[in-house]
Amino acid sequence: MKTVIVIGNGMVGYKFCEKFVAKETNEDYKLIVFGDEPRPAYDRVHLSEFFENQDAKALEMASAEWYAENGIKLMINERVTDINREEKTITTANNQNFSYDYLVLATGSSAFVPPIKGVEKKGVFVYRTIEDLEGMLSYAAALKTKNPNAKAAVLGGGLLGLEAGKAVMDMGLEPHIVEFAPKLMPRQLDSRSSQVLQLKLESIGLHIHLSKATNQILGDDAIVGMEFGEDDVLDVEMLVISAGIRPRDELGKSSGLKMGVRGGIVVDHKMQTSDQSIYAIGEIALYNQMIYGLVAPGYEMATVAVDQITGKTDNIMAAEIDMSTKLKLIGVDVASFGEPFMPAAKGHSIIFENKTQHLYKRINVSLDGQRLLGGILVGDASDYSMLHQIYLNSMPIPSDPSQLILPAGDGAASFGSAMDLPDTAVVCSCEAVTKGQVCCSVKDDGNETVKAIAKATKATTGCGGCKPMVTDLVNETLKSLGKVVKERICEHFDYSRQELYDIVKMKNIQDYDELLDTHGKGNGCETCKPLAASLFASIFNETANKQDTIQDTNDRYLANIQRNGTYSVVPRVAGGEISPKQMIAMGRIAQKYDLYTKITGGQRIDMFGAKLHELPLIWEELIAEGFETGQAYGKSLRTVKSCVGSTWCRYGMDESVSFAIEIENRYKGIRSPHKFKGGVSGCIRECAEARGKDFGFIAVEGGWNIYIGGNGGATPKHALLLAEKVDKETAIKYVDRFLMYYIQTAQPLMRTAAWLDKLEGGIDYVKDVVINDCLGIVNQLDTEMQHLADTYKCEWKEAVENPEIRAKYTHFVNSTEEDENIEFVSLREQKMPAPWA
Amino acid sequence: MIDSILKEYSVTTLEEVTIWYKAAAVTKFPKNGGACVKYNEKQIAVFNFTRENKWYACQNLCPHKMEMVLSRGMIGEDMGTPKVACPLHKNTFSLETGENLNGTLDAIATYPVKIEDGFVYIGFSK
Ligand code: SRM
Ligand SMILES: Cc1cc2nc3c(=O)[nH]c(=O)nc-3n(C[C@H](O)[C@H](O)[C@H](O)COP(=O)(O)OP(=O)(O)OC[C@H]3O[C@@H](n4cnc5c(N)ncnc54)[C@H](O)[C@@H]3O)c2cc1C
Ligand code: SF4
Ligand code: FES
Repeated sequence: MKTVIVIGNGMVGYKFCEKFVAKETNEDYKLIVFGDEPRPAYDRVHLSEFFENQDAKALEMASAEWYAENGIKLMINERVTDINREEKTITTANNQNFSYDYLVLATGSSAFVPPIKGVEKKGVFVYRTIEDLEGMLSYAAALKTKNPNAKAAVLGGGLLGLEAGKAVMDMGLEPHIVEFAPKLMPRQLDSRSSQVLQLKLESIGLHIHLSKATNQILGDDAIVGMEFGEDDVLDVEMLVISAGIRPRDELGKSSGLKMGVRGGIVVDHKMQTSDQSIYAIGEIALYNQMIYGLVAPGYEMATVAVDQITGKTDNIMAAEIDMSTKLKLIGVDVASFGEPFMPAAKGHSIIFENKTQHLYKRINVSLDGQRLLGGILVGDASDYSMLHQIYLNSMPIPSDPSQLILPAGDGAASFGSAMDLPDTAVVCSCEAVTKGQVCCSVKDDGNETVKAIAKATKATTGCGGCKPMVTDLVNETLKSLGKVVKERICEHFDYSRQELYDIVKMKNIQDYDELLDTHGKGNGCETCKPLAASLFASIFNETANKQDTIQDTNDRYLANIQRNGTYSVVPRVAGGEISPKQMIAMGRIAQKYDLYTKITGGQRIDMFGAKLHELPLIWEELIAEGFETGQAYGKSLRTVKSCVGSTWCRYGMDESVSFAIEIENRYKGIRSPHKFKGGVSGCIRECAEARGKDFGFIAVEGGWNIYIGGNGGATPKHALLLAEKVDKETAIKYVDRFLMYYIQTAQPLMRTAAWLDKLEGGIDYVKDVVINDCLGIVNQLDTEMQHLADTYKCEWKEAVENPEIRAKYTHFVNSTEEDENIEFVSLREQKMPAPWA
Repeated sequence: MIDSILKEYSVTTLEEVTIWYKAAAVTKFPKNGGACVKYNEKQIAVFNFTRENKWYACQNLCPHKMEMVLSRGMIGEDMGTPKVACPLHKNTFSLETGENLNGTLDAIATYPVKIEDGFVYIGFSK
C-alpha cells in the first residue's frame, strides 16, 4: 500500500481526491489530505454567494463525512510547514511527521497585497476566503450604523476586482473601483469594450477611477482614505485589495524544488515537479511559464496527476490551455474567448458597438475568413457558449461572419443548434464533459433531465455557465429519439400547466384533493399546490380563502411575509391616485399599529411590520375607510402605473389617470401564472413607463397604442407594439384577450415577456390570435375575462367578516400570547426588523 | 441568543416521551396544514396531514434564518417522505426525520403526536 499526501484542500486539491477515489486502483493507496483553512474545501468561484445567504455549508465541495466514507484522512486546520525530500516525509505546524510515496502540492494562491504604505490598517481586506468575507461583512455592518452613506473601494479593476465591487455594493456601501491601468479588465478586454463596460457599470452605481497609482492609505488606526497624488484623495472607509494572486510556494522554495523567477513551482506536462515523487497542481503550478488562475485548468491538472500516479501515464496536460472567461457579475454580461486582441497581421476584426445600450461585440476572424480566432462580448454574452464552441472546434463560419454577432433582424438564429457541434466538443469546461458524453448519457443511460445529467456526468456543476447548452442538448436528444419533451409540473402531476388548466376547466374540478386523486399521485407539494390554487382562481375566480392550505404563504395569510415573520399591508390605490382623506386615514392606522410606511415602486403605500394577529384588525379599519386589498401577495395584477396625463400635464394627449384606474379595477384580483403589471402614459414622453410593463397604453394622436410583454425586474424587457391608434374600448378588448390567452397557456411563474419570447411566432402570432382571431377563440376569451371582472371579491373583506377565517390569524393555537422572538430596531424615526445574523 | 434558542429543541422519540402535553382540539388545526403550539419556552409546529390521516410535530424555528415560521409552511410529499416547506425561502424538511431535503441545513427536531378524545397531544422528554 502506497501513501499519497495532498497538501492543500482547496478546489483543485478536492478535485484530486474526487478523481482519485473514482479510480478502481485506489485501494492500493492511502490518501492523506492537509488543509490549513478551518473547513473542508469549498467553492471559491461562487464565494460571492456567501453574501446572499452566509451559508458556508452550501459552498462546500463535499462534506467531511464524504472524505471519511471514501477512506481519505482529511486533516483541516493543519498547515504543513516542511518537506524532507530525502526522507520523503512532511512536518505539520503541530510538529507531526508523515511519510509519503507521492506528494501532491495543491497549496493554491493567496491574494497579492502590494507594498503600499498603510495596508495594515483596519478596514483593509483581501477577497479570497470565507473568513475574509465574514470580516468584511461585520466591518461593513459596523460602518453603516455610524455612517449609512459609507464608501468602500476595491483596488484592482480586473475580473475579481469587479466581482468584489459588486459584493461591496450589495453590502450597502458606495462602491469605488480603483485601477492602475487606463482601462478595466486589462487582461481580457480591448479599450473600446472596456469603455462600454465602464459605462454600464457606472449606470448601475459603481464609481470607476482609472490610471490611479495608490501612494498610501490614510487614517490613524483604521482607513479613512486613499491618496493617489498630492491633491488626489479618495475618502473611503473600507478597502478590498484585488490586485492579483501570488502562489503559496513557500514549501517548494524551502525544499529546493525548481521554481519560476516570479514564483510558482515548475511542472512538466505530467504535472511532475523537479522531484519525481512530487506533483504540483492548481494555482501553485507553473506550467508553460504561467500560473493559471482559473478552475478549469486546475481540474485538468488534477486529473492528469491522478492518472500519472495511478499508472495511466499517457494522459498528459494539453500544450495550450483555453483561457476563455465569462464574468459572472450579476447584471452585466462580459466574456472573452480565444484571442481577444489580435494584431491586424493575423486576421480581421468585426466590431459591433452600441453605447446607448451598453453593447459591444468583437470577433476576430482568420485572414481567409474561414475560422473564428477569438472575441469579446460586453452587455450581451448570450452567444458566448456557441461562439466559444465554434472557436474551440474550429467549426466553419458563415461567409459573412458579421452574422455571428449582429442582432438577428427577423428573429432567425444566425447559427445552428448545439446539436451541430462535434461529439468531442467540450461543453462543460469545468468538468471536461463533452457533447458526446451528454448525449450518450441521455440515450444510453436514460438520464433525461439536466438534473440527472448533472448527477451522472457532473456537467453544469462547476460555474454553471454551460447549463443553457446542456439543457438544449438534453431536449434535442430526447426529440431525436422521438420522445416528447414534456414540461412536467412535479412528481405528483404528469402534466404541463396548460394541460392541467384544460383538465380543471373541462371536468369542472374545484377541489385540490379531488384533482390529486383523479389526475395525480401522492400527496402533493409546494410546487403543485399553489399552481392548482392559481388555476382554480383563474378559472372559477375562487379567492385564496377557500382552500387556504394549498396557497403560498403570502396568499394563505393575504399578506407578504417579511424577514422576521411579520407581514406587510398594501391597500389598492388604483392608478396611484389617492385623496388627502385616504392618506390621513392610512396614516392614522399605520401610526396606531406602529407600522413602517414606504411609498412603493408601484405608486402606492406599503405598511410593514404587522404581526399575524394584527392583520384582520388593521384590514377591518382600512375597509371601513373604503380601502380594499391590493393583492401585493398574489400572482395577480399588481398595479397600473399612471402619469398625470391630459388632466394636468401640458403635453397630455388623453386622460391617462382615468384609464389607469379603470383598467386596474377591471383586472384587480385576477390570478395568473406570474404577477402582471400595467402602465398608462398620456403621451410618448412615457412618464408611466408603460413599455416596461406586462401591458401598457400610450396616448398618441388618434388613439391609444397598446404594448405587451414588458417588465423590469431581473431580466428587463421593453414591451412590443400590439396595435396602434385604437380607441379605448378596442384597447381593453385586445388586452383582455391577450391576458386570458397568456393565463391559459403560460408555464408556472413565467411572466408575459418570457412567455412571448417562447411563443412560436412571437408578437405577430399574438396579433393573429387576438386581433385576427386565427384560432377562433376570441369570443370565448372575451367571455372568460368578463366573467373574472364581474365576479371580483375583496378577499380581505371576505376574511374579516368570517370568524372562521379570522381564527387563523394567531401565532399560537393554544395561547393568545405574541411571538416573543420578533425583534425590531429603530430606523430613521420608524422601525425595521433586527438584521439577520 | 440564537444558539440558546436552538438548544431548546432536540429530537424526541416515542420511547423517550415522559410528558404528553395536551395542546388543543383537533378542530383548531387546518386540514392538510399546520398551526403553532406554545409549550413553556418552546414553539412547536403541528401538522394535520389529513390525506394520510397522520399528525406530525417539529420545531417552529427554521434553521435557515432562525425565524419562527415553519407552522405557516405548506406541507407535501417528496418521493414518499412527508415534508414541510418553509414559507420564507422554501427550504424543505422531512416531517419524519427532520432532515433538510433540498439542501444541507441542519435537521430540525421532530416530536411524537397522539390524538385522544379529539385533542392533540405532543410528546416531550422534559
Ligand atoms: C414593496 C416593493 C418594493 C418597494 O418598496 O418599492 C416590492 C417588494 C417586493 N417585490 Fe417587487 N416590489 C415592488 C415593486 C417592484 C417593481 C417596480 C414596479 O412595479 O414598477 C419591480 C420591477 C418591475 C416589474 O416587475 O416588471 C419589481 C420586481 C420584482 C420581482 C422581479 C420580477 C421579474 O419578473 O423579474 C420580484 C420577484 C418575483 O416576483 O418573483 C419581486 C418580488 C417582490 C417581493 C414580493 C419579494 C418577496 O417575496 O418578499 C417583495 C415583497 C413586497 C412586500 O412585502 O410587500 N419584485 N418589484 C414594490 C411594491 C410595488 C407595489 O405597490 O405592489
Ligand atoms: C472571489 C473569487 C472568484 C473567482 N471566480 C472564478 C471564476 O469565475 N472562474 C474561475 O475559473 N476561477 C475563479 N476564481 C479562481 C479559482 O477560485 C481558483 O482558480 C481555484 O480556487 C484554485 O484552486 P486551488 O485548489 O489551486 O487553490 P485554492 O482554492 O486557493 O486552495 C489552496 C488551499 O491550500 C491551502 N494551503 C496553502 N498552503 C498550505 C499548507 N502549507 N498546508 C496546508 N494547506 C495549505 C489553502 O489554505 C487553501 O485552502 C475565483 C477566485 C476568487 C477568490
Ligand atoms: S423589494 Fe424587491 S428589489 Fe428590494 S430586496 Fe425585495 S425583492 Fe429585492
Ligand atoms: S428562513 Fe426558512 S428557508 Fe429561509
